[in-house]
Amino acid sequence: MASDPKPETGAFFQRDRDRHPPAFTPAYKTSVLRSPQKALLSLDNTISEITGPVFGHDILGELDNDLIHNFARPGESAIGERIIVYGRVLDERGKGVPGALLEFWQANAGGRYRHKKEGYIAALDPNFGGCGRTITDEDGNYTFRTIKPGAYPWPNGVNDWRPAHIHFSVFGHGFAQRLITQMYFEGDPLIWLCPIVRTIPDKAAIETLIAALDMQATIPMDARAYKFDIVLRGRRSSLFENRLEGN
Amino acid sequence: MAQLLNRLRESPSQTAGPYVHIGLTPNFSGISGVYDRDLGIEMVNDMTRGQRIAVRARVLDGTGTPLKDALIEIWQADSDGLHNSPSEKRGAADPNFSSWGRKATDMVSGECVFETIKPGRVPFKDGRLMAPHITFWIVARGINLGLHTRMYFADEEAANAEDPVLARIEHRSRVPTLIAERQGEDAYVFDIRLQGDKETVFFDI
Repeated sequence: MASDPKPETGAFFQRDRDRHPPAFTPAYKTSVLRSPQKALLSLDNTISEITGPVFGHDILGELDNDLIHNFARPGESAIGERIIVYGRVLDERGKGVPGALLEFWQANAGGRYRHKKEGYIAALDPNFGGCGRTITDEDGNYTFRTIKPGAYPWPNGVNDWRPAHIHFSVFGHGFAQRLITQMYFEGDPLIWLCPIVRTIPDKAAIETLIAALDMQATIPMDARAYKFDIVLRGRRSSLFENRLEGN
Repeated sequence: MAQLLNRLRESPSQTAGPYVHIGLTPNFSGISGVYDRDLGIEMVNDMTRGQRIAVRARVLDGTGTPLKDALIEIWQADSDGLHNSPSEKRGAADPNFSSWGRKATDMVSGECVFETIKPGRVPFKDGRLMAPHITFWIVARGINLGLHTRMYFADEEAANAEDPVLARIEHRSRVPTLIAERQGEDAYVFDIRLQGDKETVFFDI
């Protein structure tokens, strides 16, 4: 990025795997046949993992961060509770991550996704596509506008429901930081019943995925606001490392 | 009590779910008009340097069934071993090569194809050259945390034999799980097996 004249090149902190869901989580049935069973090969980062793609703001269209309008017919808008989602992308050292591409996707207000494999009886909204993206500013801040997604049932147990959620895909500055997660909404009782949420063993870790209602960021007579910060892996300083390759 | 380190902790992962295409490859999933085209579908153009190759990848579950709802991203060096990244400090990579690709696996066959170039060699931490390789990141419904692995090339036997990462695999019978077979002149086939005797070696990077 042009605004980042001295990109960092240190290896990333070892990933704390207790923070994440294990691969094999039988209450989430699809994981049973899709979970590696052998030990992972630990590899302190090489240049192949320390580097990663960085995206310029020039890829963004005017409505990319406005899911209320980016699929809607001219003059129309998506149905649902209008909300702003905002926050920061930080790393484990507490530093804002500038230039991070965030992509998000979600169901519509009735809990229906616009996808050929989706069979829920809730209606499609002709004005809602369900995808958006943005890039963080120099301090790691981001914001977008959408409608609050609905909860929906899914085939796992006979009566399992996903809490309202927004999927996030996050790029940092290195490919080792690549992360996909989901944002939930403060106060939703379905969060604690969900087998996918409960793949995360640590309750405090789950709570970091619950966005807080922020009335101070709300736009009166327009949209409520939710704050959702995302933390990516931090990286070591490379200042005192032997760099035998002579760089 | 000592001073506090005041570190934050990484946000926990959640599965990409069955509808990852809506967010990451919306045009592929039939949502057109939001983005001009899906990110990562073109890694090369007419001026890209290096040997053109196609990488045909599949992800197989524990029954050997290809995943039809997976999403794969790859990251690799250009033909001189340089990455198109601000963190690449050894030189400027080929501006006509993105280093990064993204594909959804086909909803019928489970295959995806990356049109790319064969990467050059990249140094390991101690300066030894690693064999040409492509870094893979795989997400899908049922995968709780994105899986990292690498693809090496079957026709790079000498380089593979001295690769410091492959050398760290204790059970040598597992090394071939990372090596893509050559198919014809310019294609490589890489099957990623999530489970079983031939489970792919996945990395904690």
